[in-house]
Amino acid sequence: MKIAVCVKQIPDPAAPAKMDANYNLARDTKLIMDESDSYGVEMALQLVDKAGAGEVVLFSMAPGEEVSGLRNALAMGAHRAVLISDPRLAGSDALSTAKVLAKAIGRESFDLVLAATESSDGYTGTTPVQIAELLDLPSVTFAKGIEVKGESLIVARQTEAGFDEIEVPTPALVTVTAGVVEPRYPNFKGIMAAKSKPVEKLSIDDLAFSPDSVGASGARETITSIRPAESRGAGTVVVDEGDGFAKIIEYLESLKVI
Amino acid sequence: MWFWKLNCLVDSKAIGFRTMDFELMHHQEEFRELIESFAAKEIAPYADLWDERGEFPLDTILKLGELGAFGITFPEEFGGLNLEFSTLCIAIEELAKVDSSVAITLSAGVGLGANPIFSFGSQEQKMRYLPSMCEGKALGAFGLTEPDAGSDAGATRTKVRLDEKTNEWVISGSKAYITNSGTPITSVITVTARDEDGVSTFLVPSGTPGLVVEPSYRKLGWHASDTHGLSLDEVRLPYENLLGAKGRGFAQFLSILDDGRIAIAALALGLIEGCLAESIEYAKTRNAFGGPIGRYQAVAFMCSDMATKASAARHLVYHAAWLKDNSKPYKQAAAMAKLFATEAAVEVSRSATQIFGGAGFIEGNAVARHYRDAKILEIGEGTSEIQRLVIARSLGLPQK
Repeated sequence: MKIAVCVKQIPDPAAPAKMDANYNLARDTKLIMDESDSYGVEMALQLVDKAGAGEVVLFSMAPGEEVSGLRNALAMGAHRAVLISDPRLAGSDALSTAKVLAKAIGRESFDLVLAATESSDGYTGTTPVQIAELLDLPSVTFAKGIEVKGESLIVARQTEAGFDEIEVPTPALVTVTAGVVEPRYPNFKGIMAAKSKPVEKLSIDDLAFSPDSVGASGARETITSIRPAESRGAGTVVVDEGDGFAKIIEYLESLKVI
Repeated sequence: MWFWKLNCLVDSKAIGFRTMDFELMHHQEEFRELIESFAAKEIAPYADLWDERGEFPLDTILKLGELGAFGITFPEEFGGLNLEFSTLCIAIEELAKVDSSVAITLSAGVGLGANPIFSFGSQEQKMRYLPSMCEGKALGAFGLTEPDAGSDAGATRTKVRLDEKTNEWVISGSKAYITNSGTPITSVITVTARDEDGVSTFLVPSGTPGLVVEPSYRKLGWHASDTHGLSLDEVRLPYENLLGAKGRGFAQFLSILDDGRIAIAALALGLIEGCLAESIEYAKTRNAFGGPIGRYQAVAFMCSDMATKASAARHLVYHAAWLKDNSKPYKQAAAMAKLFATEAAVEVSRSATQIFGGAGFIEGNAVARHYRDAKILEIGEGTSEIQRLVIARSLGLPQK
């Protein structure tokens, strides 16, 4: 089973974020694998383990030569990686990103393309389905489990009420919900092995994009302003004067939760 | 060694000339991050519970084994990674920031369990015991200390004789404070014993008739580490369980302890850093007299001293490890690292509990646990006094 996994390398969420003048997140710091993507990597590794043979190939678009996030996924057990990196990709919107990733993925044939439901930095949640559309693949979102059944996949798709079971023919694109599998720790041997695993680096020329079709010049979205999220207001203090229970009930009833 | 050279080459290319290097190598930083996240998720939430119950965290140790931590320094033919001793120190340091008991289980498992077999064992002995130890599926222990032979380890009273009829060694005596000797995965204990030729070491597999692992001690600290007294009553071993040359036991354990000293110093460094991090956080968030207590020099200066001691300990520990990795003499450096780092750990944990005030005296608080865990560091693998003796000898002073 051959699986492509989209892996985003993002600035460490634990470090303070910086914005550039165009309201883009500064990415000139050390980048790490988006935790959201570790679930897709784990699921891909499990599927290949179960199939008995196969390959997990990572795809990432990132500025510079940054591969430390990819090395992490390679150390977990992914077989190789493709990094698309080009200064002309700076300022790409979600659609441009999807075009670039789709073209890189489309150079090979895969049984399955996995992505997170959304990235932890941009949070658009639109890139995966755009990739599916560009590659003309069926897509299933919010997967909490995937099973192979012949030439199809049975995907458990999370809903508010529970989950739907969806059968989809391969090749397909599936987005994986965060937290549905326990990503393995890379072990020391994996870390050392990852150093010699191939990371192919591609520019937009390698993918035959004209510079004005991607990056800031190709973007159809622009960020016009940003503002901090509203901080949560102070709560109401209720003093229990022997009637605390009734007050809690009254409050919950006002919210219509009971 | 190989990695060190590579690192120098990379640096000289980058800046045009060769320079001293105090940075971790790339794979070391990756290992450090791995252990850091493992410790945060798998150890920190449970450390106080294990401490309170005196519970050896077997599942966590097995998971640590799956990461490869126990095989870092051993050759690949035994399932190890053939990496530097300094990388092992990094793993021990990271664990000790959170939990000294887990850190000593690794340190002793590698340094006292596997290392004597690797250093002095026959190929057959190595193949028998090392692969499962490198995987962290088995632990070894080193039975050196006795009720009447601690710092004076040459005074070993445990006796050995050869039964010439059966060609078996017969060992009788008792051992004290033996780490990892009674875990469910303890496979073998290396025991020192004396006859007319002097002290020799023997491999005593767990479960050998006559070997009694006594109940756990009630210790001041290291509650989640496995420590027992042992009694050996006419323990019979096949001839081939002699480890290394007959009568060489004294020289053997001295060399084993040199390595162990650097590892214990790394553990002390981790404990210092754990205390420092807890103290800084508390000094920022604990309010008194109208603001955070870190505004007061009484608290801030304690933090400054802790940070300075951490930095000094760090340089001593990794310099000693670097000497060892580069096959340079390191006996004096190891003793200095152990002496300084462990005494600093005791001082720093005392300051940390002082910053926490009453809260630092309450169990369940990490600094209270660090305070209890620190004391043994000045004692195990050579007391501070023995370290001073080793250093004094290296200075060429007259001997008694």
